[in-house]
Amino acid sequence: MSSLLFPSSETDGPRFQHPDVTGRFGPYGGMFVPETLVTPLLDLEKAYREVREDPAFQDELALLLKEYAGRPTELYFAERLTKQLGGAKVYFKREDLLHTGAHKINNALGQALLAKRMGKKRIIAETGAGQHGIATASVCAKLGLECVIYMGAEDMRRQSLNVYRMRLCGAEVKGVESGQKTLKEAINEAMRDWVTNVRSTHYILGSALGSHPYPMIVRDFHRVIGRETRAQILEKEGRLPDELVACVGGGSNAIGFFFAFLDDPQVRLTGVEAGGRGIEKGEHAARFEGGKLGILQGCKTYILQNEEGQIDLTHSVSAGLDYAAVGPEHAFYRDQNRIHFASASDEKALHAFRECARVEGIIPALESSHGFAYAIERAKELSSDKILIVNMSGRGDKDVQEAARVMGEL
Amino acid sequence: MTQRIQDTFTHSRTTGEPCFIAYLCAGDPDFDTSLELCRILVEEGVGLLELGIPFSDPLADGLTNQLAAQRALANGMTADRSFQLVREIRKFAPDLPIIFYTYYNLVFARGEKEYVRLAAEAGLDGLLTLDLPPEEADSLVAACQEQDLANVFIVAPTTPPERYALIGKKASGFIYYVSREGVTGERKDLPTNIAESVQNIRQAIDLPVAVGFGISTRPQFEQVGQVADGVVVGSALVNCIARNEGQPEKMKEALRAKARELLGK
Ligand SMILES: Cc1ncc(COP(=O)(O)O)c(C=O)c1O
Repeated sequence: MSSLLFPSSETDGPRFQHPDVTGRFGPYGGMFVPETLVTPLLDLEKAYREVREDPAFQDELALLLKEYAGRPTELYFAERLTKQLGGAKVYFKREDLLHTGAHKINNALGQALLAKRMGKKRIIAETGAGQHGIATASVCAKLGLECVIYMGAEDMRRQSLNVYRMRLCGAEVKGVESGQKTLKEAINEAMRDWVTNVRSTHYILGSALGSHPYPMIVRDFHRVIGRETRAQILEKEGRLPDELVACVGGGSNAIGFFFAFLDDPQVRLTGVEAGGRGIEKGEHAARFEGGKLGILQGCKTYILQNEEGQIDLTHSVSAGLDYAAVGPEHAFYRDQNRIHFASASDEKALHAFRECARVEGIIPALESSHGFAYAIERAKELSSDKILIVNMSGRGDKDVQEAARVMGEL
Repeated sequence: MTQRIQDTFTHSRTTGEPCFIAYLCAGDPDFDTSLELCRILVEEGVGLLELGIPFSDPLADGLTNQLAAQRALANGMTADRSFQLVREIRKFAPDLPIIFYTYYNLVFARGEKEYVRLAAEAGLDGLLTLDLPPEEADSLVAACQEQDLANVFIVAPTTPPERYALIGKKASGFIYYVSREGVTGERKDLPTNIAESVQNIRQAIDLPVAVGFGISTRPQFEQVGQVADGVVVGSALVNCIARNEGQPEKMKEALRAKARELLGK
C-alpha cells in the first residue's frame, strides 16, 4: 500500500533535491523565523524525514486516505463541456469528492499523524476558505486531538458554513480581527500561538508555503493527486495529457497535482492566480504579476508589497486565494519555465463557477473556479486531439451563499 | 558603532547596575512625539535604546506592539524616517547605543547593503533582525561588519546549547535572551530558570547577555538584573503610550514615571 505515496526509490530522484539542506528551492524558501521556532522546525523536519521512509506510517496514512478521505478520487471526462467548448478534451481531477470537500484533507491527515508520532496533543491551524480548517478539525476529531483554528473575521463571514462545520467537529475557531482579517492575519496569529505553545503543539500549516520544512511536507502529502492522475489518464487515454491546470493560493493543490509530471516536458503545467478586480495595487492576489521578491511568514518568495517592504492588501472573491505570498517551489519552477502562470478575475471565476454547474452539474469551489476559468478559454484554443486536465481542488457548497450575494441574487 | 554598545555594558559592569534596555516603536504614536519620548528615556538614564521598526505583519509581537506598529504606520513612519529619528536622537545623545528591532523584509526591500549603510550613516549601532536566524544571516552580518554595526541575535528557551556556538559566531554587541516562548507582552511572573540559562549562554558566548520579554515591574527588573548584563523592557513602556492615546503630555509623564520606577528612583 505504501507505494501509493512515497516509494522510497522515488524520493531519491532529482526532483527531491529541492528543497536542499537549507530548505531552499534555488533562491526561494528558507527558514526565516524567530529563534524560538528554529529548533522546533528542525525537529519537525527530522521527524518528517523519518516517517517518509517508514512503511508503517505510510500504510497507516494510505489506509486513512482510502477509508476516511475517500481516495483515490476519480478522473472525470467532462463530455458535455468538451463538446460545448469545441476544443481540447477536458478532464476534471475530482478532489472535490474527498471527505470535507477539498484536497486539503490529504495534508491534514498526513500532518496530524505526524503530530501524533511526535507526541503533540494540541493542533493549531490557520484557514482562509475554511477548507483546511474543516479538514484539520475533522481529522483531529477522528484522532482525538485538541484543535484550535485561526480564521480572519472577514473569512468567517464569507465562509460561515465552514465555521459551523469546524465547531461541530469540536474545534475552537478563533476569529482574527487585525489587518484585512483574512488568511495572512490568520497565519500571523497561528504563528503567535505556536511560538507560545510550541512544546505541546503542532502547527498544521495548510498550504505549500511558510518556513522550511512546510513547503516540502505539504507538497509531499499532496503528491498523491498527481500520481493518481498520471495512472488514470494513462489508463483512459493511453498517453499523457497536454496540459494540467490548477488554481494557486499558497500552491498546495497545484504542486501536488503537477509534481508527478515535472519531468514530462510535453505536459504544460499552468497555475492560475487570483486576478481579483484587476491587476492594480490592493485589488488582486496575482503575486507573479504584481509582486516582487521578499520575505513573509518564514519564506523568501514573490510577495505583494510596497517599496518599503510593507505587505500590500490583497483582494479575491475566493478566500483561499486571497494571500500576498506564493509558495516557493512555484517561484522556482516558474524561473525554469517549467510551471507557467496566468490569472483569472473575480468575474471570470464567477462565470466559470456557474458554467461548470450548468453544463456538468458540478459546483466547484470559488478557488477551483479560477483554474476552471482559465481552462475554458484555453480548451477553445486547443485542437480536439489535445487533453487538458483541471484540478477540481474543492467543491463549492461553502461558496453558494457568498456567490449568490456577490452576483446579486440573494 | 559597536563601541557604543561595548561601552554601555562596560559601564554597567563597573557600576554593578544592569543596563536598562528600553524598547519603543519608532514613530509611535507619531514622529515628533516619538522623538520626545526617546528624549525622556535618555534623560532618565536609559542604557541602550531599542527602536522597533513598524511592520505590517509583526508575527512575533503581542497585541501591545502590534497596535504600536499600526499607530506608527498610520502616521507615516517609513525606513527613511526611522533613520531620521536616529539622527535627531544623536543630537542630544551622542553616546547612547541605539539598535533597531526589525523584521527582515524591511531590510531586504531596501537591499541589505544600502539599508545598513544608511543606518550607519544615521548613527545607528546595531540591528536585531527578529526573523533572521543565524543560518540565514551571512550576507547581512557581512554588510554590518563592513559598516561597524552590531548584529544582535536572540537565544530562546528552545535553543539547545548545540546552537550557541553558531549564534556566537554571528553575533556581536550582545545576546538577547528571550526568557520564555511566546510573543512580546507584559507578564505577571517570570520563568524561574533565567539565572541558569544566562550562565550557560555566558559560558558559550563571549558577549554580554540581556534578558527580555515580559518584564514590566521594578521587582522583576531587579531580579533579572542580578543575573543578566542588561534588562529589556518593551511592552510596559509602549503601554504608557497606548493608555494615553491622543494625550502626548500624559504619555510623557507616564513614560517618565515608568522609567523611574524601573530604575528604582
Ligand atoms: C478548494 C481549494 N482550492 C485551493 C485552495 C488554495 O490553496 P492551495 O493553493 O494551497 O491549493 C484552497 C484554499 O483554501 C481551497 O479551499
